[in-house]
Amino acid sequence: MHESSQSLAGLRQHIARLAADGGQASHPAEGWLASGHAGFDAAVGGGLAIGKTHEFYAADALDGTSAAAFAALLALRTPGQAPLIWLRTADAAGRAGHIYAPGIAELGGDPDRLLLVETPDPKLLLACANDAIRCAGSAAVIVESWGKFPLLDLTAGRRLALGARDAGTILLMLRLNAVPAPSVAETRWSVAAAASRPLEANAPGAPAFDLELLRWRAGPAGGRWRLDWKHDEQRFGQNRGEPALSGALLPVPARRAALSHGAAAA
Amino acid sequence: MPLADARAQLPKLITVQHDPVADHAWLDRLALGCNRYTPLVALDAPDGLILDIAGAEHLVGGEAGLIADAELRLSRLGMTVRHAFGPTADAARALARYQTRPAPDEAGAVRRLPVLALELEPEATTALVRAGLKTIGDLASRPMANIAARFGAGAAMALRRILGDAPSPLDPRIAPPPVAAERRFAEPIGSTAHATRVLAELAEEAIADLAERGKGGRHFRATFFRSDGLARSIDVETGHATRDTGLVMRLFAERMDGLADPLDPGFGFDMIRLAVPRLDALGATQLKLEGGEVREAAMDELVDRMTTRLGRRRVKKLMAEDTHIPEQAQLALPAIDAPAPLPWQTPDPGEPPMRPFHLFDPPQPIEVIAEVPDGPPHQFRWRRATHAVRRYEGPERIAAEWWRRRDNGGLTRDYYRVEDVQGRRYWLFRHGLYDEKPDPRWYIHGVFA
Repeated sequence: MHESSQSLAGLRQHIARLAADGGQASHPAEGWLASGHAGFDAAVGGGLAIGKTHEFYAADALDGTSAAAFAALLALRTPGQAPLIWLRTADAAGRAGHIYAPGIAELGGDPDRLLLVETPDPKLLLACANDAIRCAGSAAVIVESWGKFPLLDLTAGRRLALGARDAGTILLMLRLNAVPAPSVAETRWSVAAAASRPLEANAPGAPAFDLELLRWRAGPAGGRWRLDWKHDEQRFGQNRGEPALSGALLPVPARRAALSHGAAAA
Repeated sequence: MPLADARAQLPKLITVQHDPVADHAWLDRLALGCNRYTPLVALDAPDGLILDIAGAEHLVGGEAGLIADAELRLSRLGMTVRHAFGPTADAARALARYQTRPAPDEAGAVRRLPVLALELEPEATTALVRAGLKTIGDLASRPMANIAARFGAGAAMALRRILGDAPSPLDPRIAPPPVAAERRFAEPIGSTAHATRVLAELAEEAIADLAERGKGGRHFRATFFRSDGLARSIDVETGHATRDTGLVMRLFAERMDGLADPLDPGFGFDMIRLAVPRLDALGATQLKLEGGEVREAAMDELVDRMTTRLGRRRVKKLMAEDTHIPEQAQLALPAIDAPAPLPWQTPDPGEPPMRPFHLFDPPQPIEVIAEVPDGPPHQFRWRRATHAVRRYEGPERIAAEWWRRRDNGGLTRDYYRVEDVQGRRYWLFRHGLYDEKPDPRWYIHGVFA
């Protein structure tokens, strides 16, 4: 009894030490993945912080491509040749479709930077994500999952977040067909496709995204943006398209109180 | 004897279906086990193994020692063995299969073999026996030209091979590796952990050998020989040539952890061999000051580890292919092969992307309502939801590759980029023109960002 309480006390001290100095000696992560849109970047303190976890929820099952493309474009607009590691399960290609490199090239990204990893099941997906996030030198690690992801509990999320912090990498969790759930992510976004600014002859224009900040650890949530991707300038810009016909978009206060799932999940 | 008769005579008869594939797999395992005697082991399907023991037999106590050891191990596995030694592979094979009478020496034994040992067509064998040529020796005393004229060049060649006048090359199951290190144990070791430690020592030996040659390994194969005669091979590959023992051992640990059927020592391993079948030149490396080299090395190691864990096909790089058929325009290749990139089609300034971010392969059928039969889609139904088209551009007509195939390669596709009222952009196509097909189907091929 005495012995076990002693070892328990030792463990507690050990944990306290870990919590105080943040584990192993780590090189501080610096920088942001910026969108290039001044208003957006300023509102989230410079962009998505490197060394943290960020979650992108597709607003609808059909918005998966928008969420994936937004995350990929944020990572691929960083200069240099640092690889973008994209982890997905093998059945993702049947659901969301194959990642199509000519399409990435058409968006102005470099498909040669993409390292695609397909795991047979979610368990290995998480294991590979832990390996990938601890490997410095990547532009970003994207982990794509479909539906509920029960293996990604708070412990697993914390492990990933610590890995990202220690290695100075950034983890973008892509959650398709999922409802926002509590997590340790720095920011949580809901991404939907937006109507594009039409070209001549009413042709669909540049990719447009509807973004909603559901949660931000370092500040108020609730911001909404509608951004266009400008591939000539390799940056996001304000969408000046006409509002969509159905589901008429009402003007939303820029910083409304964290509503609905944002509040529930925080 | 038919099975029914056999069962009538012996009611307790156990019958097993003949399974040639399993037999071959078992022969393959035995061949791997026989690698302990020599690196040159060839399969003689369906039920033979040929070992080239030239220069290797003294390690296990000469021919007698080798055959005693092999017979002991194989009989423990329930095998009944016939063996023979011969000056050439074909002679040894014929002696093992057809020798009935003892002979004073190998050459004499070959000459006493029946002509059946040539394994000619049954008619040819019968004709030889009727002509009074019952043994190889009888046949060898005749002029070779006459044999070739009467029974074909194949018969003459088979005879020359058995007699050793023509070479009978072996096709070894595993080519001998350029670099290998092995360790034999007087007492078999029963723990996998101990075996792994020995493997680490072997890796250091092999890597010292590689360093002397100025090479690095791309592929490492550990073979664990069990005392009962079986063996198990474990392979790891790296994306770049390496001489890093730690990396190689981490990859082996990764591979062994992920094995569906773990390494089983059985009654113990009595020999472990580490081979390096694939080498690449690797000079001395110098680290860059800014640490770029270190980061690239870390990324290469990540690719190696994930490939070892998941398999070659699951860690990929996408390569451009020079074709305009959308689903063939990219090729997923294993990242570990470090394929050389080809240039991609760059976007035109000011134009929206013409190719989707996600591609469905195969395309998914949809129901489309169009205003006029060969016009753009007005509304379509996909995944149980109706999408009203608000904007479109098209058609972009993509013809099949008629210059590659005789049947013109299929139908022409008319692609439309459409945006629905929710603002989602899709890539749809009509498979076939109206003058090619009466009622062409519509498909969704991709989703734009």
